Amino acid sequence: MATEVLMPALSPTMEEGTLAKWLVKEGDTVKSGQIIAEIETDKATMEFEAVDEGTVGKILVAEGTAGVKVNTPIAVLVEDGETVSDAPKPATVAVAAAAAEVPATVAAAPVPAVPAPQPAEVRGWPHTDLPEGPTKTMTVREALREAMAEEMRADPTVFLMGEEVGEYQGAYKISQGLLDEFGARRVVDTPITEMGFAGIGVGASWGGLKPIVEFMTFNFSMQAIDHIINSAAKTLYMSGGQMGSPMVFRGPNGAAARVGAQHSQDFAAWYAAIPGLKVCMPYSAADAKGLLKTAIRDPNPVVFLENEILYGRSFEVPVDGDFTIPFGKASILRPGTDVTLVSFGIGCAHALAAAEELAKEGISAEVINLRTLRPIDYDTVLASVMKTNRCVTVEEGFPVGSIGDHLASTIMQRAFDYLDAPVVTCTGKDVPMPYAANLEKFALITPAEVVTAVKSVCYR
Amino acid sequence: MAKKPDARPNVSKEDLLKYYREMLLIRRFEEKAGQLYGMGLIGGFCHLYIGQEAVVVGLEAASKDGDKRVTSYRDHGHMLACGMDAKGVMAELTGRIGGYSKGKGGSMHMFSKEKHFYGGHGIVGAQVPLGAGLAFADKYLGNDNVTFTYFGDGAANQGQVYETYNMAELWSLPVIFVIENNQYAMGTSVNRSTKSTTLFGRGLAYGIPGEQVDGMDVLAVKAAGEKAVAHCRAGNGPYILEMMTYRYRGHSMSDPAKYRTREEVEKIKTEKDCIEHVRDLLTQGGLASDEELKAIDKEIKAIVNESAEFAKDSPEPPTAELWTDIYA
Repeated sequence: MATEVLMPALSPTMEEGTLAKWLVKEGDTVKSGQIIAEIETDKATMEFEAVDEGTVGKILVAEGTAGVKVNTPIAVLVEDGETVSDAPKPATVAVAAAAAEVPATVAAAPVPAVPAPQPAEVRGWPHTDLPEGPTKTMTVREALREAMAEEMRADPTVFLMGEEVGEYQGAYKISQGLLDEFGARRVVDTPITEMGFAGIGVGASWGGLKPIVEFMTFNFSMQAIDHIINSAAKTLYMSGGQMGSPMVFRGPNGAAARVGAQHSQDFAAWYAAIPGLKVCMPYSAADAKGLLKTAIRDPNPVVFLENEILYGRSFEVPVDGDFTIPFGKASILRPGTDVTLVSFGIGCAHALAAAEELAKEGISAEVINLRTLRPIDYDTVLASVMKTNRCVTVEEGFPVGSIGDHLASTIMQRAFDYLDAPVVTCTGKDVPMPYAANLEKFALITPAEVVTAVKSVCYR
Repeated sequence: MAKKPDARPNVSKEDLLKYYREMLLIRRFEEKAGQLYGMGLIGGFCHLYIGQEAVVVGLEAASKDGDKRVTSYRDHGHMLACGMDAKGVMAELTGRIGGYSKGKGGSMHMFSKEKHFYGGHGIVGAQVPLGAGLAFADKYLGNDNVTFTYFGDGAANQGQVYETYNMAELWSLPVIFVIENNQYAMGTSVNRSTKSTTLFGRGLAYGIPGEQVDGMDVLAVKAAGEKAVAHCRAGNGPYILEMMTYRYRGHSMSDPAKYRTREEVEKIKTEKDCIEHVRDLLTQGGLASDEELKAIDKEIKAIVNESAEFAKDSPEPPTAELWTDIYA
């Protein structure tokens, strides 16, 4: 019986890929385990092996095709004597449903995957936070890479160190190409030893360099947190202002998809609690580029919290090579009048999706992207709350001691008389991240929950 | 105890007098700090270096301008040995504005960028990768400086020490790991914390050469330091010096040191004291008279008294200092 070969998911967050090359042609016999194609994910080019044996009856997706969704039939294998017409028709409906099930975060974060650059308005959310001037479309991943490359070109003391940043070209391909341009002196592959290389990074910052320390994910920064806090954040104060730690700790933070409790945690509120650190959490590619350049130039230790799911998403970014975003300046992603949604990082995607839903019901939500969590732009938040009189915060982290808790308390103390309803905090659930797709979906914050929260504060 | 070096390095009267003076300054300073602690002028944790003076004085004698040093919280001796001002150190101990960190760091957290002293760290073992990072910067910048990274026998059991050994050797970093083995990690003797008691030998697993040194003999320390420094400056990567030493006082001011006998302490003081050793070399060799040494004693006493007066008179930091130096 004929068998469909489906586009495989080759990473936890892969939603689609490019069929780079077929290594077989129609009529070829294929053995189980034989490499039949090369598939390019957003991170790497992977070899794809056949599972079943048979003859290639038909190639359904030509090589070079980009944006092939996971689980799309890409070829049909037939048994001896069969023809392709014996094969079942590709069940497009079923495939689409299956594709929607695979990466749980697609359901949790219903931002459409952007297969190719599209104008901003097609994505549905006008971005009002960019300066005047020409822009180009780029992914968050490209924006981060470009920010590092530009700053490394400008300042010879800036260097990147971390696991797989060099020869492997980055576990998430953020540092792709940097080794070629800057060499092994400035793009330093480390052993798997977070505490050690974080400490070496801090020491190097005291010795006159500006290190960018990449954690493969911030989950592993727990191994190194003593150096981030006790060594980097406190030294300027403990030395009476003589010496500080001009450096950046960066990497993906928060939930990816289906990687379970130890690899899915948002540390925003943890690091934002520490005086002496600055903390960034970009949402868009423009945030990523503008904030990372500011972070590298900043004379203080900066914790730069990225998000793996956002890496592949495209946004408009100013072309201007001097484009930076100052710390402590929130952006208004969507103006509104009835309620203020305050978020940061991937939470902005949920807040924007909720705002879109709410607009259909006649509720006008203003969406604020904090961009930096230390310092926090209280003024923008308070001005908005004084206008809308209602506030809902949106973040992926745990509820206890969340950024939302802190904002709620600040708003209560500084804008109590303006509030028409209690501030509601939408957060991840108070549980370790489960692996099961359905449970993971429940554990994460969703736009639907934000919509419910907004209706509650609007008494609707 | 450690083996004696095969041959005494040639040493001049001037050098011996210099070591004598520097070691004596540390001892008298620490005695005074203990006194001020007893009077309530110094608070919190205060870890005295008495007994171990030869280690820092010997290694500083092997260093050159631009070399860096970093250590743990038992740091007063290191600061004095690298030329930091006794007044600024003592005033930091009393938490006054005239201290190296304007009173905001205290005994355990003090720095001098000018003298390349990078702390003063309160977290056992954390200074080890920090020291390797300083060496990383020197190598990156292409100079021939080395970093002396001091830690104790207690810190030698921290995992990050070995993470650092691995990277320091992998990248040939110019760092000298100085294990000050004073035989007690707070109240736990080396024998009660590990079966691998030859601490320098652990570096061999990472390819790092090293040796045990009589840390009570300033000349032996200097000779070993010179060897290690030459190794590092030549681009051969890190080196480990395990200094066999002894602290006479408790771990901190609040430690009654019940984990060892009075006899054990007295025996070391009588037979191994680093200052008496140099004094003997000077007097028995006819290099210095009692009068000369007495004059030095007096001079040191004056420096220490002056530092104590400064530390008492210097005002507390103004309240506004609470909010400064958090961000550059």
